[in-house]
Amino acid sequence: MMARLSQFRLKGLVFMAIVVFAVPLFISNPFHYGLATQIALIAGAVVGLNLLVGFAGQISLGHAGFFGMGAYFSAIMTSNYGWSAIPALIVGAVGVAIIAWAVGRPILRLKGHYLSMATLAVGFIIAIILNNERAITGGPDGMPVPAFDVFGWELSPFGQYSLFGMDISGDLAWYLFAGVVLLAAVWLAQNLIDSPIGRALRSVHGSEVAASVVGVNTAKYKSLVFVISAVYASVMGALYGHFQGFITPSVASFDFSILLITMVVLGGMGSTIGVIIGAVVLELLPQLLADFQEMEMVLFGLILMLTMIFMPKGLLPTAANLLAKRRSKSAGGDA
Amino acid sequence: MTALVEVNNLSKAFGGVHAVEGVSFSVDAGQVYSVIGPNGAGKTTLFNLITGLYTPTSGEVKLNGESIAKLEPNQLAERGMCRTFQQMQICMNMTAIENVMLGRHLTLKSNLLTTLFRLPALTRGEKAAREKSAELMEFVGCGEYLDTEASAMSYGALKRLEIARALAAEPKVVLLDEPAAGLNAVETAALEELIRKIAEQGITVMLVEHDMKLVMGISDRLLVLNYGRVLAEGTPEQIRENPDVIAAYLGG
Repeated sequence: MMARLSQFRLKGLVFMAIVVFAVPLFISNPFHYGLATQIALIAGAVVGLNLLVGFAGQISLGHAGFFGMGAYFSAIMTSNYGWSAIPALIVGAVGVAIIAWAVGRPILRLKGHYLSMATLAVGFIIAIILNNERAITGGPDGMPVPAFDVFGWELSPFGQYSLFGMDISGDLAWYLFAGVVLLAAVWLAQNLIDSPIGRALRSVHGSEVAASVVGVNTAKYKSLVFVISAVYASVMGALYGHFQGFITPSVASFDFSILLITMVVLGGMGSTIGVIIGAVVLELLPQLLADFQEMEMVLFGLILMLTMIFMPKGLLPTAANLLAKRRSKSAGGDA
Repeated sequence: MTALVEVNNLSKAFGGVHAVEGVSFSVDAGQVYSVIGPNGAGKTTLFNLITGLYTPTSGEVKLNGESIAKLEPNQLAERGMCRTFQQMQICMNMTAIENVMLGRHLTLKSNLLTTLFRLPALTRGEKAAREKSAELMEFVGCGEYLDTEASAMSYGALKRLEIARALAAEPKVVLLDEPAAGLNAVETAALEELIRKIAEQGITVMLVEHDMKLVMGISDRLLVLNYGRVLAEGTPEQIRENPDVIAAYLGG
């Protein structure tokens, strides 16, 4: 009877798996696959950011910095040094973990606005470095990224593959890969939340004093979740670079950091499935409103503000609450 | 027998205000020790000093003979000291039992690998922690709320939940800051019974309380504070007959 949370966790994961694998039934052109893949990879980073923001109640306005670091590290090692993509991704993630730990230790002592400003600065510094180190990163013009490979076996959006005897296009193969990665990201995040470590993280959000008097070293857990969310961003960034085949410093930009945070807030802080919905909505929206591209940041700002005011819990939790209320109302009406 | 908690000449000033001044006393293991006094006498400040939330201006606190001067609250918990708060500190983003399971934090050895992949070692530990926590919730009298969101619980139930969380850490000494505040007569009687049962398990209880009837009934010794200073210290009988205490309380 490891009740509720466990059941909910399993249901959420099964539901997600069904959605992920059902998507190819409804789309077929390469552009849509590309978009779906991009959404899945960004959603993975958002799931990681939600651990920090939604569960531990800390803020990071510079998370794109870690996404960009992962992307560039993998890009540089594979294209300039001939590394295979997987070791590049892993070493990059370890490097990002160390940097996040070193940076997080002092800045997580800050609270509220101060923490926001400090993480904002971290993001800016990373973006500036990527912009200025032309010799290594190609500067503002960006750099090409070799296809993702598993020790020589290449996964390219332009390839042709066979899976269980079926011929599938590279676009579909990439989408399925990204979907599986996202499912794994969700599974790991849910395991983390529903554990002693997860409770310690959530208690930092709930009551830091309460946590400390029962023995939770709150500083340690804040650093830990900051590192974990940075690693999520780094891994997803690396995959994103390989998928796109070309990256610019915009992957580490302030705008992208804000987009990530907006996805968390819109979808529902502390709801793993919710923030994925947030990512889907905010990635699709610009496609629908392609004519208003220059207004994108205004729109995101507006969404962030309206969400905070009218549904501070976010899309999914608010919808779930409404549903529960209606259900109990109709049950009451029957009685 | 050495004292479990020893307070030597402890003072705390906020700016020019001396909230606690030159307080000394000691609590033996197994006692129920109460701190009483009028509002603003410095009782909660004293508790915050003992539990490491405040740094004293001067003086020291010893737990089991060790000075706590350089220890954080979580390190005090590791050494067997736990507490509840006058302003309840409940994690409202969790269920009732998760709040109590948080109290098991120190007894649950977990690393990132077993956690991320939810290996059997973790599931076993969680199951045991859940059983123990459910037991404790039953013990304090809020067993019916297991999977209720903490935010949906009543004030009285949350007060008991906070005690269950403190006990979950298996403390040697537990400090309860005004556990009876806001409770009605029936709930207070149940609380008195609960404190007795906690003490029977060999856990030292320190209490800040306004309810005189409750305090006089269950305490082995009392400390009376007034304007941050010790007015009297002794058994309930001694305190009851102390002229200074009578004067302070009855305004003589």
